[in-house]
Amino acid sequence: MLIKRPPKIQPSEITPQALARDRRRFLAALAVSPALSLAPTAGAAATPVAALPAVSPSDYRVDAPPTPKKKAQTYNNFYELGPQKEEPAENAGLYESRPWRLAIEGECAKPAVFELDDLLALAPLEERIYRLRCVEAWSMVIPWIGYPLSKLLAKVEPTASAKFAQFLTFDPETLFPDDVNSSLPWPYSEGLRIDEAMHPLSLLTFGMYGEALPNQNGAPVRLVVPWKYGFKSAKALVVIRLTKEEPPTAWNQAQPREYGFYSNVNPERPHPRWSQASEKAIGESYFPTRRETEKFNGYGDEVAGLYAGMDLNERF
Amino acid sequence: MAAARALWGLPRNLSRGQTRALKSGLFVALALPFADAVYGVFAQTLPTSEPIDYLTDQSGENALRLLVATLCITPLRRATGWNFLLRLRRMLGVFMFFYALCHFSIYLVLDRALDFSTVIEDVLDRRFITMGFTAFVLLVPLALTSTDWSVKKLGARRWQKTHRLVYPAAIAACVHFLWLKRGEDWREPLLYLAIFIALFAARLFRRERG
Repeated sequence: MLIKRPPKIQPSEITPQALARDRRRFLAALAVSPALSLAPTAGAAATPVAALPAVSPSDYRVDAPPTPKKKAQTYNNFYELGPQKEEPAENAGLYESRPWRLAIEGECAKPAVFELDDLLALAPLEERIYRLRCVEAWSMVIPWIGYPLSKLLAKVEPTASAKFAQFLTFDPETLFPDDVNSSLPWPYSEGLRIDEAMHPLSLLTFGMYGEALPNQNGAPVRLVVPWKYGFKSAKALVVIRLTKEEPPTAWNQAQPREYGFYSNVNPERPHPRWSQASEKAIGESYFPTRRETEKFNGYGDEVAGLYAGMDLNERF
Repeated sequence: MAAARALWGLPRNLSRGQTRALKSGLFVALALPFADAVYGVFAQTLPTSEPIDYLTDQSGENALRLLVATLCITPLRRATGWNFLLRLRRMLGVFMFFYALCHFSIYLVLDRALDFSTVIEDVLDRRFITMGFTAFVLLVPLALTSTDWSVKKLGARRWQKTHRLVYPAAIAACVHFLWLKRGEDWREPLLYLAIFIALFAARLFRRERG
């Protein structure tokens, strides 16, 4: 299914400059419909990939060599930009990743809206080389750039009632209402338990391969949760909401039998339609290579403790 | 059918030179998809983001189409009087087996990385793979007995009986395709099934008529 180019944005639909610059009025408008007022504009000319502030290496790396950048940036699942693997890169120009705002709201003492530059300055950026394991049974090794999500959440001071974090991507129906893929409810919603969100591995991500994220990988800011199937790592975030109850998640709403809330990588629990015991590792060679899938995608030492006593076949 | 000429004025049989030319042409035509795929792999220009799936699908479809072609020879020959078609049937059959072998090999080597225990599990657990493996196994005796030597050794009757395995093989291949497409578009596998049933019916009808 092709996503057609959306019609040119009408002048009346463009946020007036005065409003955009007036942050206090903007924050008031948030109370009405945060996701909408934070919607990005449709893509115009090709935006050059912006530079990131200084990035330092971290201890987080896996033994395997990173997947070639070209493959990681042309083989994507980002249904907002099209359901085929090559479409997100082809349709990357459909939205502008700058300017961008991320609102943190819900069960917290200091909800706030952050401009992208504020986010980039909030904590030092590190490069982390993580495995990414898609539920479709392919995987990549990607050098992400970001900092732990916990640092951002600490700034808004979650209350004791904050049990979960919900992540919302921009709503494609506000940008291209005519042609949005119908397999998922929009906007894309994902969620983590608060301890998963605060885990040091959960990365608020701004870049990959030494540069800012391209649109097809979820520019300008996304989540990466390496011990879960890739669809949990929501892209192009506009809202993070701290909630009391488990939030709805897109794939679970679309196919509850196949995709659960936790979706931890688990070779022992098959997908109803295919085995999860192995994966096709996408790397240097033209053909992906077969690799045995590891429990928690190899991050068991760091995260198994979060699920002590849980039946991971039931709570999948 | 005493006329010297067959349908469209073509001779019933060709000269040795003509036969050789026809067979050479057919060989090239049948090898072309394979050559194209090999080139695509080395140049990395296959029109797909999933090269393993693409090559598996292509080789499987080629095998299925050649199976149809092979089974068309006899009814076509009877309808047109073009006896020279019979000379082409073996090449069609052998190429069909070749593409089926490619199809199975791509799955075994590229998809499963020669992990035989997983392959055995697949054959036992995933029913469309069970069916595919069955079809392949049924085709092996046909490939092995395709030589002139075999025809002589077995004698016409036993050779003919052995090659009747093509019928269950064709059905198994169709069901393999059908079960692969479970939940998706069934039109193509159903089309092949319809074609095979028509071809079998033609033979059955012919046999009953005497």
